[in-house]
Amino acid sequence: MHPLAALLLGFAALAAAALLLWPQRGLVWLVQRSLRLSERVLFEDALKHLFDFEYREVPATLESVAGALAVSTQRASEVLQRMERAELIDFDGAHWRLSASGRSEALRVVRIHRLWESYFSEETGLEPARWHGEAERLEHSTSAAQAEQLSARMGHPRWDPHGDPIPTPEGDIAPASGQPLPTLEIGRVAEIVHIEDEPAESYAQLLAEGLHLGMRVRVNEVTSQRVVFEADASECVLAPVLAAHIAVQPLESSAEMPGPTHRLSDLEVGERGSVVGFLPLCRGVERRRLLDLGLIPGTEVEAHLRSPSGDPTGYRIRGAVIALRKAQADQIQIERAS
Amino acid sequence: MSEPIQRPPAGDGETLPAVGPDCASCPAHHIANLKRLGVDMGEYDFVVALAGNPNVGKSTVFNALTGLRQHTGNWPGKTVARAEGGFSNGPHRFKLVDLPGTYSLLSTSVDEEIARNFILFGRPDVTVIVLDASRLERNLNLALQVLDITDRVVVCLNLIDEAERRGISIDERRLARDLGVPVVATSARYGKGLEELNRAIVEVATGTVRTRPHRVTHQSQDLARAVSRLGEAVAAEFPQLPNPKWVALRLLDGDQRIREALESGELTDLYREPDAGGVDEASITPPDPQRVRPLIERAQQLRWRVGKDFHQKLMESIYTEAGRLADRSQTLSGEKQRFDLDSTIDRLVTSRIYGFPLMLLMLTAVFWITIAGANVPSSMLATFFLDIVHPWLKGVSAAIGLPWWLDGFLLDGMYLGTAWVISVMLPPMAIFFPLFTLLEDFGYLPRVAFNLDRMMSRVGAHGKQALTMAMGWGCNAAAIVSTRIIDSPRERLIAILTNNFALCNGRWPTQILIASIFIGALVPAALGGLVSALAVVSIALLGVLLTFATSWALSRTVLRGEVSTFSLELPPYRPPRILQTLYTSIIDRTLIVLWRAVIFALPAGAVIWTISNVDVGELSIAEWAIRWLDPFGALIGLSGIILLAYIIAIPANEIVIPTILMLAVLATGMGGVGEGAGVMFELDSTTATAEVLRAGGFTLLMAVNLMLFSLIHNPCSTTIYTIWKETRSAKWTAVASLMPVVLGLVVCFFVAQIWRLLS
Repeated sequence: MHPLAALLLGFAALAAAALLLWPQRGLVWLVQRSLRLSERVLFEDALKHLFDFEYREVPATLESVAGALAVSTQRASEVLQRMERAELIDFDGAHWRLSASGRSEALRVVRIHRLWESYFSEETGLEPARWHGEAERLEHSTSAAQAEQLSARMGHPRWDPHGDPIPTPEGDIAPASGQPLPTLEIGRVAEIVHIEDEPAESYAQLLAEGLHLGMRVRVNEVTSQRVVFEADASECVLAPVLAAHIAVQPLESSAEMPGPTHRLSDLEVGERGSVVGFLPLCRGVERRRLLDLGLIPGTEVEAHLRSPSGDPTGYRIRGAVIALRKAQADQIQIERAS
Repeated sequence: MSEPIQRPPAGDGETLPAVGPDCASCPAHHIANLKRLGVDMGEYDFVVALAGNPNVGKSTVFNALTGLRQHTGNWPGKTVARAEGGFSNGPHRFKLVDLPGTYSLLSTSVDEEIARNFILFGRPDVTVIVLDASRLERNLNLALQVLDITDRVVVCLNLIDEAERRGISIDERRLARDLGVPVVATSARYGKGLEELNRAIVEVATGTVRTRPHRVTHQSQDLARAVSRLGEAVAAEFPQLPNPKWVALRLLDGDQRIREALESGELTDLYREPDAGGVDEASITPPDPQRVRPLIERAQQLRWRVGKDFHQKLMESIYTEAGRLADRSQTLSGEKQRFDLDSTIDRLVTSRIYGFPLMLLMLTAVFWITIAGANVPSSMLATFFLDIVHPWLKGVSAAIGLPWWLDGFLLDGMYLGTAWVISVMLPPMAIFFPLFTLLEDFGYLPRVAFNLDRMMSRVGAHGKQALTMAMGWGCNAAAIVSTRIIDSPRERLIAILTNNFALCNGRWPTQILIASIFIGALVPAALGGLVSALAVVSIALLGVLLTFATSWALSRTVLRGEVSTFSLELPPYRPPRILQTLYTSIIDRTLIVLWRAVIFALPAGAVIWTISNVDVGELSIAEWAIRWLDPFGALIGLSGIILLAYIIAIPANEIVIPTILMLAVLATGMGGVGEGAGVMFELDSTTATAEVLRAGGFTLLMAVNLMLFSLIHNPCSTTIYTIWKETRSAKWTAVASLMPVVLGLVVCFFVAQIWRLLS
């Protein structure tokens, strides 16, 4: 066979393989996903979406539902109509609303979803940006009994790792608290109570900024272009749309912004400090491992050795030299030894 | 029973039941439990568990106590290695089980579960905790946790010599008083203190010595209150448990396993009081999960009161206690000296200027010593097995009148195949492994992982993968076993799946030979050697590149969801023990891999001989296969001969070239060369080999593709078998075997087409 012909065939074969097998986007994966997207799954996702918007007191539209389900508006419209016939939702002329049975169904699914997210954060080493996606995948095939087991295993948590309340089995849910960050009055100190986890890219961005629940913030400037606020002794600038994903609870007017916290990764070789605590996002397996190594509050640490490639750094902890990557050292708060 | 068993008073667990010599028949001995945990108590009287942090010299203690009487295996159902051995003292015979090295027993990693479950459910007669005397505070953390579970403990304070070097002296009597258990100072490396250790084990096992173990007092008020309240509730419900506070603590921490054990009655079963006349199965009260439920609910309520950071508070208590006890027993003086030497070496080895060059230098040195050193022994072995023993065996078989086919099958097939593998494989491994182990023993290898971790983490791997890769340049099968040093499951899988791209010892001869014949021949003779060496080095580097690329691809695709945590301890430098290292690396690594290789080489040799000598029609099976594979071979720039050789040589890469030569002679009917159909051979001069290959249809393209395919093809069967044993997963074994060969075929295909297009 002429080499040119063979080459072209070869490339074509590779391209076909990529088209079919590329993870998450290849044909094989798409087919699998659409097989999974049975009617029940679509119903549950739509219910969750409607409930979410209702909780935040924002009206849901056909477009938003279609976006949440990742289907066309036409398909979304069909799904909503079928749900109306099943008496899960009502149409009041302008917007879709949950009926009583629709709401309790939605709460059931939301509970399972948030329990899974809690499980991922507590018991596994899964990255925070992936909790939501994995929970999405699992929520439709988890029974109420399994959810109960999950909840018991973690000591019946009431809040998920994003700060969202977890509905009880009876369907009670704590009311939303906090206001969007851009609405905070200038100069007032507030605490972050919730970080919106959808869409995933925005959540990842907010995580990358180093923001976490329980953090104190103070807004300095709000314009239509940007929101400037102080967090952890440094200034953050975000687009208003992104900043609105952060919900804060204002504290008493006498509340102060804490001084700069140092992280273990701030220590240069030869510098010492003592451990103060872990960031809230450091949970589960990672946290336990660090505790096992002796990084409990009060422990003295010294940055002893740095890799020639910059990462990891060897820290002297209780007589042993343990190497930690920067991503890990970022999670450990310390007080510098003066 | 020679002594009545005393029932422990409920609730405080401070005295232990006396153990007599007739324990094997006593139900409290839990033979069934031990069997489930994989320990067969057949000929032993007592079982001893060996626990400790990583890097404290636990295996040295193990080896010192058991000597040669040991073997390694896996924990049942897990992929974690376990060593078991035996020793005796007077009339008593002890079985020693080495538990995985762990920092704690409270977390959820597999190692910790295994260790904790064995101590709790296996109820060893003695648990020996090995501590590093120079890092007492950190090590006491584990000791205190173990003391919470079992009373029969002996503390082995190891690495006393190192502590002395660092100016740390420990008052072991005081420590023994504080901990309430015997403390023996040892320096297992140098054989010190082992007799006393042996004696202490015997004394605790036979009950001659009673222990009064120390229990941790909790710092946080909430925690202490919660434990005490729930402990009372547990004691009230299950009075036979000697450690209700510990059970309460586990329930508060949400420990599923303990909860299940309580519900199923497994836990109370452990402490069942034996009847005087034997066990009456009918009198055992069945477990009642209903009794446990109120305890669980209470635990949940109390846990909320303690707050979110339950586990942290727990660790704080234990560490504070460890610190306090360490302070009482140790005195520091002049610690700086030894530490400074370590620091100096570290700064040199990880410096921005010298770090990487030193690593490359070290690696080159190891390779050079291996290749240069293995040459002579390899040819000596080859001469012995092939030129001396083989003809002698032939003579014997002629003398006893073996039929030609049996003679051929056994001697030309099986024997030759195995002889080849041994003579090619053994010398380099016998040099490479000890060198590697010496570096490991010294403490240098973790620094290599430390240097390279950043590069590795970028592709989703662990720094220690650099070490397993380096090991793979010796032998891929041994490297797969060595991936145990990576404790994070995902990174370990990546290391296993990509290891085959490290060019193992068995493939070097192929590469070197082909490179010198075909590539070295392209340049003037003076440069020939240099150019072919460079060619081989670039193949090896290509292998490194592929390792990175496939690690990246794997971590983005098939291995996405798996868990990973990173930690790397940099232990202090220790002077390597050369003789010991030679011994253990020969037993543990060289001989075991050799044994497996022989097992696989025997059938390979048999197959090679058979297909070359069994005729179907007018051609042998081999020739049919060659003709059938030729078109496909041409498509990917190889030939039928090469493909067939690779198919047959799945068992061992060492026999590829001899097989190719034999098949070339067979297929072309060359005269005057070789020893006959089905008999692998090698020629002494490269020119003669070149002639045979060229006559067999070899071109430059084929040579290049052969070198590429030799790098990128499925692992040898020993490695596949090892991957299966280590991962226990058919899926991953399949991926590890198929992924490289598919990649290899694709690469060869494209190289062939582009080559032909350009020429």
